[in-house]
Parts: sequence; C-alpha cells; structure tokens
Amino acid sequence: MKSLTNRSKVVSDKKMTFMEWIYIPAIIKGMSITLKHFFGKKATINYPEQKREFSKVYRGQHVLKRDDLGRERCTACGLCAVACPAEAITMVAAERKPGEENLYREEKYAAIYEINMIRCIFCGDCEEACPKEAIFLTDRIVASEYERAPFIYGKDTLVEPVDPDKRIDISARQTEKVLKFKMDERFAHNK
Amino acid sequence: MEWTVIIYKTILLFIILFVTLIVAMYSTYGERKVAAFMQDRRGPNRAGPFGLLQPLADGLKMFMKEEIIPLTANKRLFILGPSIAMTTALLTGVVIPWGGTLTIGGNEYSLQIADLSIGILYIFAMVSIGVYGIMIGGWASNNKYALLGAIRAASQMISYELAMGMSIIALVLTTGSLSLHDIVAQQHGMHWNIFYQPLGFLIFLICAFAETNRSPFDLPECETELIGGYHTEYSSMKLGFYLFAEYINMFISSAVIATLYFGGYNMPFIDQIGLSPNAVTLLGTAFFFMKIFGMIFLFMWIRWTLPRFRYDQLMNLGWKGLIPLAIFNILATGTYYFFTDLK
Repeated sequence: MKSLTNRSKVVSDKKMTFMEWIYIPAIIKGMSITLKHFFGKKATINYPEQKREFSKVYRGQHVLKRDDLGRERCTACGLCAVACPAEAITMVAAERKPGEENLYREEKYAAIYEINMIRCIFCGDCEEACPKEAIFLTDRIVASEYERAPFIYGKDTLVEPVDPDKRIDISARQTEKVLKFKMDERFAHNK
Repeated sequence: MEWTVIIYKTILLFIILFVTLIVAMYSTYGERKVAAFMQDRRGPNRAGPFGLLQPLADGLKMFMKEEIIPLTANKRLFILGPSIAMTTALLTGVVIPWGGTLTIGGNEYSLQIADLSIGILYIFAMVSIGVYGIMIGGWASNNKYALLGAIRAASQMISYELAMGMSIIALVLTTGSLSLHDIVAQQHGMHWNIFYQPLGFLIFLICAFAETNRSPFDLPECETELIGGYHTEYSSMKLGFYLFAEYINMFISSAVIATLYFGGYNMPFIDQIGLSPNAVTLLGTAFFFMKIFGMIFLFMWIRWTLPRFRYDQLMNLGWKGLIPLAIFNILATGTYYFFTDLK
C-alpha cells in the first residue's frame, strides 16, 4: 500500500538490540528534542496585548451602519431576521416623524433592534440579506460576560457613532468583486 | 550545649525551613514554566512580572477551597495522611550540609544543622516513613482509586528503596563514612563521587525519581487511570500538602544527589582564587544551590520528556534491572578496593 506521507515507519516486533534495550540513548535523544523546544519560538500570542491579524472578511460583532450624513441606514424591513438561521435578531419598526430626517434615512426605522449574541452563529446571512447595506459583521470580538442578559445587544452597542472619526471601518469587506457588484443600477437607491 | 549554639541552630533551622518552603513553592512555578516551554507555550505570566506571584495565588486558592472529608472516610487517618507526608518531607533537610563553616567573632558555625554519623541512614528512614503518608491517605479515603494508588505507591517505594540502598552501599565503600559531612569533605577539589560511582549514580538517580513519585514513575497518582490516585478524595490545603510535599521531596532529593555525587558545596578551583574563608563558604552554598536547581531542572526535564511506565514494566525494571545492577556495582567496587588495599 502506498503511504500518504513519507513519514510512515514500518513497525515490527523484532527483538531489541542491546542499545535499544537499555533505553538510555533513546531517552537522551528524547531529552534533546524537548530541550530544543525549550529554547524554540513559542506558538502562543499574549492575547490582550498582542493581537493576531484577522482575515479581512472575519465575521465578528455586528455593526449597524450610518450613511455619510450620519443617518441610520436600517429601515427595519426584517429581512435579516428572516434570513437568520439562529433566530437571533428581533426588531420593532417605527415611522419617522417630521423633523427626524437627520436621524433616519427612510420613512421607516428600527425603534428597537436586538441581536442575541449567544444565539448568533456569525454566519453573515444578515449581512447578505440586507438590501440597505445597513448591517455588517466586523473583526471585533464579542466580549465575554458573567451573566446572560448583557449578551443581548441593543441599538446602543450595535449602531456606529455619528462622529466620522469613530465610524466602524468595513471597507476591507468591500472586495473588488463586491464593489463591482454594487455598481449595478438596481442598487442605485443605496447611494 | 551552650546557649549560643542552641540559638544559632534554631535560627539556622528556621532559615532552612523557610528556604525549603520557598524553593518548593517556586518549583511549582518552575514546573509549569518548564512544561510550557517544552511544549512551545509561555506558561503562567499574568500574576506579577513573568507570573512570579503565581505560586502565591495558587497557595491562596488552595486555602480558600472548600474542605471536604468524605462521610465514609476514616476521619482521623484522613487528616493524618497529608500531615505525615509533609512532616517527613521537611525533616530530611536537617542532616544535609548546606555549606562549610562560618567564622563569626572567633566562633565557628557549621551550616549543617545536625552532623549525624549515620546521616544517610537517617534520610532513608525519613523517606521510608514518607510512604506511610501516602498509604494512610489512600487507605483512609475509602475509595478504590485512592487505594489502588496507595498500593502502587507502597510497592513501588519498597522495590526501589532496595536498589537505592544498594547503590548507596557501593558509595559508602568508596567514602568509608555514613556522615554526609565527611562525604562532602572527601569530595573536595573535583573528587566528585560521580566519577568514582557512575553506575551507582545512575541507579540512585532512577530510584530517586521513583521515590519522589515523579514521572516516569508517577504511577501512584497517574491522572489518566487513577484520577489522581491516593489524593483523589482530597481537597483544599490537605491536597495542597500532598502536592507540596512532592516538591519538597524533589528539592531534598536533588540536595541529597548533589551532596552524595556532585561534591555538595565544593566548588572547583575555589582555593586558587584566594578568598577569605567566610566568602568561600557563602560561595560554596550558592554553588550548592545551583547544583540543586540543576537537578530540579533535570527532574522536570525528564517529566516532560518521558511517558509513564506501565506497572509491570516498573516492577520489571526495579527487580530484574536495577537490583542486579546494583549488586554488580557493589561487587565490582568491593573487588576493586579489596585488591587495591592488599598492596
């Protein structure tokens, strides 16, 4: 039988030679291997201080985007909640009142928007389903908590800040292919 | 005995007790670091700089844990077990010569608490009693795993004590004395016993691993098959005592090995430097501790290299391997001295 790797060894139960029987050469060989690892490079990263570079399309904590004028993009259509396989997303829609045009982009908006981070499986289907480019997954990690309740994230944590400097950058997710796809005139309403 | 001597010995006793505890404490830290480094990890590095406060945190944790004594356990023996293990572990340090003599104000002070003429036998006696700590603890737990661990500990220690004793007999043939002080004094100037008794050293080293229940002979407490062995039922600081006693034993074994085979506090070329006697003594003690730490590192190095023995292999090695080898060693040493003395 042909082996998959060239590292395989044929095992036999032949009688041990004297050098094998006293084991000491084998022990010294083993100890030299462990000593080599003792001075070797460590695989561990000191996590909170050092962070490993994430993939550009890492699927971490969600963000609800605002448009360039600082208005919430979400119109509470509910497609993300329908798409969600874990049923982690819930929302309550509300109508925009006159004078709130600088807060919400469309006539309808999400008064309550909650994602249960314990249920969420970070599949990214919500991002896929969103017709308004309002929800995105980011490279941020959901913080650990002692209780279950804080894991239900509301709009206060999900919506990005108005301040342009504090916006959550998701440009890395907009690969060339995605950008080209968005050029289609069917998405003109999102500009 | 004079009062000054008694006071001096008491102070020395407390210093050595303190040093033993500190070394044992930091051995746990060292063990974790060595294990981590050999497995390409970093080990504890959160509590204090480089994780140096980790042993304190571990000790505190042990104290804060709930103390559980099983209902079916024999309560008195259950408490006695770890007490014996800890006490005997600490008692052994008394006869080890930690250094030469200090001269303060015309008086000579030896850095050895008690220079017994039968120092080696004393250590053997204490180590033998140490088995009772494990046996009683395992028996009193009223748990099959604990009992299995205790039985294993007892049979393992008895088997390996024989070979250990015989390797020492060969050593005593070369030194002609049972006093640790004399043995160290004879090794002055690179006349280390390891060069005269290499086989004896190897046997002694292997037996020391078995006596301290260290891997690859940690059968009494193997986690995978006996869930901790004799200390399965123990919790809180009683468990801490057992674990701590193991590290103290490791420290003392290292000290004994360094004393018997590596010239104790003797430093090569120390006479040529031309320092004052007190400085030589202190340097010698520092060098002795370096030897001990080297041995402790060897203990850990072996632990994280070799897998655990199977029980029949352990017994085979003890009875069919080491004991005949030790007898051969005695015979060879005896024959050599017989013929050299005839001349």
